[in-house]
Amino acid sequence: MSKDPRRVIPIKLERPSSLSNEEQAAVLRACADSKDKPGALIPILHAVQDAIGFVPAEAVSQIAQQLNLSRAEVHGVVTFYHYFRTQRGGRHVVHLCRAEACQSVGAVALERHAKRSLGVDFHGTSADGAVTLEPVYCLGNCALGPAVMIDEELQGRVSPERFDELMRQLRSEVS
Amino acid sequence: MLKVYVPRDAAARSLGADATAIAIATEAARRGVAIELVRNGSRGLLWLEPLVELEMAGRRHAYGPVQPRDAVSLLDALQAAGERAPEHPLGLGPTEEIPYLKRQQRLTFARVGITDPRSLEDYLAHDGYRGLKTALALTPGQIVEQVTASGLRGRGGAAFPAGIKWKTVLGAPGAQKYIVCNADEGDSGTFSDRMVMEGDPFVLIEGMTIAGLATGADRGYIYLRWEYPDARRALEAAIQAAYAANYLGENVQGGGRRFDLEVRMGAGAYICGEETSLLESLEGKRGQVRFKPPLPALAGLFGKPTVINNVITFASVPIILDRGAEFYKNFGMGRSRGTLPLQLAGNVKQGGLIEVAFGMSLREILYEYGGGTLSGRPIRAVQVGGPLGAYMPESQFDTPLDYEAFAGVKAMLGHGGIVVFDDTADMAAQARYAMEFCAVESCGKCTPCRIGSTRGVEVIDRLVGGENAAAQEVLLRDLCETMTYGSLCALGGLTPYPVISCLNHFPEDFVKTKSAQASA
Repeated sequence: MSKDPRRVIPIKLERPSSLSNEEQAAVLRACADSKDKPGALIPILHAVQDAIGFVPAEAVSQIAQQLNLSRAEVHGVVTFYHYFRTQRGGRHVVHLCRAEACQSVGAVALERHAKRSLGVDFHGTSADGAVTLEPVYCLGNCALGPAVMIDEELQGRVSPERFDELMRQLRSEVS
Repeated sequence: MLKVYVPRDAAARSLGADATAIAIATEAARRGVAIELVRNGSRGLLWLEPLVELEMAGRRHAYGPVQPRDAVSLLDALQAAGERAPEHPLGLGPTEEIPYLKRQQRLTFARVGITDPRSLEDYLAHDGYRGLKTALALTPGQIVEQVTASGLRGRGGAAFPAGIKWKTVLGAPGAQKYIVCNADEGDSGTFSDRMVMEGDPFVLIEGMTIAGLATGADRGYIYLRWEYPDARRALEAAIQAAYAANYLGENVQGGGRRFDLEVRMGAGAYICGEETSLLESLEGKRGQVRFKPPLPALAGLFGKPTVINNVITFASVPIILDRGAEFYKNFGMGRSRGTLPLQLAGNVKQGGLIEVAFGMSLREILYEYGGGTLSGRPIRAVQVGGPLGAYMPESQFDTPLDYEAFAGVKAMLGHGGIVVFDDTADMAAQARYAMEFCAVESCGKCTPCRIGSTRGVEVIDRLVGGENAAAQEVLLRDLCETMTYGSLCALGGLTPYPVISCLNHFPEDFVKTKSAQASA
């Protein structure tokens, strides 16, 4: 007996979501708040990342559906911009400036120190989950480099010793 | 009541201005001394931040850098002084008399550091919204004429005459037009946009509103980089205040014209400082560069006629309308009219914001304002105009600050950022970084930029590694020529500037040293 060649193969549309209910609600809320604005996609992605710390794959399909875009289009936008993260990060994000003005006052050495002391490369998260290290190309603090941004707080004249002190403060806030 | 000013500028805060403000307020309260604490913008003397000012008999006296621990001694001095200016080891004298400030010609930055950026009343009390008042009495064509006659050129880097851009938008058919502010200040060594937005946000709003009146646009967007959260807070507070006082909205100051304004955040893409890429991003897409034509002035945001200018350009418009085109035009030299807010950065002793008329030499800025390097070593090179600007050696320091003079020595003034390097800098490493940066930030649309930048890193590595060096240099120069003439926008097109300038002016850094060769 031969198989019916017209047999319909069911396509599973949605994978079970790994997002919590709150996170799913945050994605829907971000869409509802902005989807009628012209050029809504980037404001929505910001709202999602602000709420849950990154832009998960599940959010991409939800956003695509809400904006009547393909998932590929949304994915393309998420991955174009350095700021959007597709993986969960640490409790704090440290952006370290790599640009020329900071290089002229020791940013390269600071970068080496930061990677070694946190035990990560760029985009990585320290083993204790406290800090994700990201590169950034200019924080606009070019007369007071090396500059670092911790979450949304700008720091200037960050020597390796100052960096360690700032990391100690971050970790003590957590515990 | 005694007024105490502690900046809320992000650079000042990065050195602890918030803690200083709290310490002063706490100490004053403990002593029962009544003070009014004002969180102003920064005066731009960044090496002195946190720079605290005390206002005595209508005159402001500066102290800096003031740490929280200095609050006690500062208040001691204040109480001992009575009516005179308090004597303190950190005292810098009357703020206006500090040479670094006194020698500047502050037009665009007239209020930055002086007013409270959160206060519309303060803005109005310091000549704010006088430009708009003038504009409301003019026809759109007359406003455009004023801007054209002032000689104002786009301050974002390309230096295109602002009036011509506005005229094109004014003449473009269409009911819907847009005003877009490029606040994606991504060039390393630049922070003038940030300082205006944080220190005097109303001037940007006023400039954009005037642009709306001039061209018939009723909607504006400020495309702001995410790296500037302080600027975002300042702008949003100012926009809210402007709406509440009818400086924005459906009937601006009863003139019968609508203008709405909104801040949109970027997401970390250097290329979005390129105008067409920025427009794509505002539309919610990947920030890929568009082909030109059509010009954004004719088919810009959502395909509609759009004025897109940099923060400083818009912020320079109110004073032009207020004081007249002639007033503004009388500053400057050649075809570079008015003033340019320079940003002195990197390895420099006295870094900060210096607004001067075009024409001053780079040397004056570096030594008379900058005071040489922070490290105390000789200056070896300066990069002017951001990551796409040339590295200039000492022999070019007498070049006057003028768009055409810089172009004449194959350099560019760009957005006015000046980054200083001392004699420990490895210029081959800087050339390599320029290519690496281009590879990271390329939008990927055109091949010379997307592929050329990666190949550039490899060729520089081989050149510096001494691997058939003469042939590699020929290859690198050839690659740079392809990028210059074959790229779609300035990113690929100008990356050769830093690379070739390093190669031409500092060839010794590209030669593998004998000891390194021996050990290889």
